[in-house]
Amino acid sequence: MALLEVRGLRREFGGVVAVDGIDLTVNPGETVSVIGPNGAGKTTLFNLITGLDKPDAGEVLLDGRPITGLPPEELAALGVARTFQHGRVFGNLSVLDNVLVGAHTRQAAHRLRTPVLGMVAELILALIQPPAWREERTRLRDEAREVLALFGDRLLPRAEQPAYSLSYANRRRTEIARALALRPRLLLLDEPTAGMNPTETAELLEFIRSLKQRGLTILLIEHKLSLVMQLSDRVIVMDDGRKIAEGAPQIVRDDPRVIEAYLGHPRRGWDARDAQVAGEDDLRVVLPQAHHP
Amino acid sequence: MPEFTLRTLADQLVNGLVIGNVYALIAIGLALIFGVANLINFAHGSVYMIGAYVGWVCVIWLGWPLGATFVVVALICATLGVLIERFGLRRLQNEARIAPLLATIGISFALDQLVQLIFSPNPQSFPNPLPAARIALGGVSIGALDLLIAAITAAIAVMLFIFLRFTRLGWALRATAQDREAAQQMGVDVDAINALTFAVAAVLGGIGGVMIGMYFTSVYPTMSYGAMLKGFAANLLGGLGSVPGAVVGGLALGLIETFGVALLGSTYRNLFTFIILIGVLVLRPTGLFGARRATPPEPLTGTFVANSRPVHIPRALVIGGLIAAILLPFFTSNPYLLQILTNAWLFSMLALSITLVTGTAGQMSLGQAGFLAIGGYASALLSMRLGLPLELSLLAGAVIAAALGTLLTWPVFRLRSQYVALATLGIGEVINQIILNWEGLTNGAMGLSNIPPLSFLGLPVIETAPIYWFALGILVVAALFQWRLMQSHLGRTWRAVREDDVAARAMGISLNRYKALAFIAGGLIAGLSGAFTAHMYSYINNETFAATTSILGLTMVILGGMGNMAGAVIGAIALTALPELFRPLADARYLIYGVVLLLLVRFRPQGLLGTV
Ligand SMILES: Nc1ncnc2c1ncn2[C@@H]1O[C@H](COP(=O)(O)OP(=O)(O)OP(=O)(O)O)[C@@H](O)[C@H]1O
Ligand SMILES: [Mg+2]
Repeated sequence: MALLEVRGLRREFGGVVAVDGIDLTVNPGETVSVIGPNGAGKTTLFNLITGLDKPDAGEVLLDGRPITGLPPEELAALGVARTFQHGRVFGNLSVLDNVLVGAHTRQAAHRLRTPVLGMVAELILALIQPPAWREERTRLRDEAREVLALFGDRLLPRAEQPAYSLSYANRRRTEIARALALRPRLLLLDEPTAGMNPTETAELLEFIRSLKQRGLTILLIEHKLSLVMQLSDRVIVMDDGRKIAEGAPQIVRDDPRVIEAYLGHPRRGWDARDAQVAGEDDLRVVLPQAHHP
Repeated sequence: MPEFTLRTLADQLVNGLVIGNVYALIAIGLALIFGVANLINFAHGSVYMIGAYVGWVCVIWLGWPLGATFVVVALICATLGVLIERFGLRRLQNEARIAPLLATIGISFALDQLVQLIFSPNPQSFPNPLPAARIALGGVSIGALDLLIAAITAAIAVMLFIFLRFTRLGWALRATAQDREAAQQMGVDVDAINALTFAVAAVLGGIGGVMIGMYFTSVYPTMSYGAMLKGFAANLLGGLGSVPGAVVGGLALGLIETFGVALLGSTYRNLFTFIILIGVLVLRPTGLFGARRATPPEPLTGTFVANSRPVHIPRALVIGGLIAAILLPFFTSNPYLLQILTNAWLFSMLALSITLVTGTAGQMSLGQAGFLAIGGYASALLSMRLGLPLELSLLAGAVIAAALGTLLTWPVFRLRSQYVALATLGIGEVINQIILNWEGLTNGAMGLSNIPPLSFLGLPVIETAPIYWFALGILVVAALFQWRLMQSHLGRTWRAVREDDVAARAMGISLNRYKALAFIAGGLIAGLSGAFTAHMYSYINNETFAATTSILGLTMVILGGMGNMAGAVIGAIALTALPELFRPLADARYLIYGVVLLLLVRFRPQGLLGTV
């Protein structure tokens, strides 16, 4: 059975149909990329899947179970983790604390679900810190350090520094580490390499590849062509809210409709930072040659 | 109700419309400022009050005619508006919205106290200078002042309409309100427009102040606060930032209030305002007439927590300081010093509670004094009526404050940023109004007297030094309680909610739950402080824990550094003790608090010890 299934998803913002009847499935262990020009509706699609936004129509199923309209905190508890296009680390928290927040749903406190009593119990237990909680605390700390260690010496030496003091690329890595600490069954990455230079991009590509090899299911939004080509099992192309193509990376790349979609959109919402470092690799640069007189 | 005839009904209608006219003037000013500067301007009530005083000086002291008076009021208020914008707010334009909001609170503290220093806190009589004759119009009696107020408001509304619709400046103003950046690109000088908006709003507020002063025949410094809340309520009712909405909201509020008072009595006057304020915020944040939108208009979020590395205070220093505090009574024979410090310990607990809710969990609370009040009344009543021993009644007071206060605050959890500030302010006032009006339980404005004194394990604690130690003791317990929570997963989770509520949710954090936990934990500490205060004074009334106390606590927290526990205690000591140590300053303490707040927001948002 598909891990994630999306049927006829639609979201309208005052006349603009941002997501227009999208169908998509992601099987366990697969890496599926969503590409499309700026404003195609990719981020909106992610928001709908992760519960940050509610669809006007359509369904989202996780393991065949309908999750449409569930709040994000419940989806997180079901194992759906994501990162954000423009980066949303907790600036004043240390890198380690950021990652520990990712493990929030795995704490004993999170199992105290009874409405009022659970809350009171959580307060009292946090105060007493029974041995089981103390043991969990050390264990989660160790695990968080292990997650940080996945990024080599990028994050681990800075574990105690506040996230706002990190470099741009390290903040993005922290966000990915935070999502991984949730032990997700489905990981959604929204332009993880945006704003990274070619070296950093290549490094992250290898990192995502290693996640994939460990069997993680990934839904990826990316603009950088080589990354999409190397990582994806399947690619879905969106334009103006609609899915215009789907299939193996090579096939999609040569699909005239895809080239047309990118050509048809002058750089809408062009991100200056992306433009600086994107280089030749960016789909938006590779395809619309019309803009390079 | 026999006296409630058709005639009085019609008279009430006129009353309500006249007062509503003035509320509309205030609300229009707030709406213009909210539209152009995206700011909830807490200083607006002070401008209104100053307008009233200027009018009073002109008419009563100088004996000027009304025409000249209004011109002078307009000029002075316009200048004041421009000064506030230029020196208080312009530099904060690009900060989190809560920063200029706090600055306007500081400005209003300073202005109110300044007027109080010049003219005394007592009301000044402002007899109606117009002929007292009333015209009977089909069973309704209308006075000259009623007509004047209606005429002036109508004239102002027409002029404002023409200005906004048909002049270049008015067009630029509306363009700025709609899209600041686009307006700037079109060549609009948005800074000038900002200043102009503040000037216009201040003129409207000031004229409203004069008219209300004449209408109720008195002016007094604290009239600013009520007027500001009325203005917000009217504005919310019509849709924040909408000028026509402000007019409708103002009139509606005037009518609701007048009829409500006629039905229930004058002590209920303000309750309607607050209920409308909170009700609209929570149920229909876009106002009764605003466009239906799924989410409240919230273009800017973010809390007032500057990036900083907090000063690390070594444990030895904390313990050393504590030992010094414990030993102090042996080295001083000055009971006055111990009393001040006892107050500082009690304020420290309020500050700890605010630093938890506002600093750590990021929920800007302007109503934390409500928790003090609930704790104080609960403990006093439990020991008076049920004869509970003091230790138990203190604890019960804290628990009741936490439970009841959090329950009352629950509707606010769905709001963000500056709306939280406005709503919690309203909730603090509702608590105050309930205390005032539930006479059977609270004895109303008379307050509770003969509250059993403090005691510990049966021993009375009535001397200065033992009270000092007792207060210090519960502060230490409260601080340890909070410290332990901060070290647990709760501290981390609260801070995550503060830093980015969207990302926090995406990581599985239920916002309501952790906001509630913050208010519960903070409410326990504030409730304990309030309970202790009640027994220490042996008398409390609805003014013991006034709204200004909440703001004072917040200033302490910002002074020390948001979320910083040591900072909260140091801020509390500084702001409680300093005005007392420099005795001549004591009368000007709120002036000092206001200026301190303003300077902190502008120059040191991370406070003395840094945010945590
Ligand atoms: N909250 C919103 N309100 C109104 N319109 C929105 C909102 N969110 C997105 N849109 C609109 O929906 C469309 C799709 O936006 P979305 O951010 O999903 O695109 P995207 O494919 O992620 O683009 P990019 O590559 O630039 O990130 C755009 O036209 C955008 O302006
Ligand atoms: Mg996007």
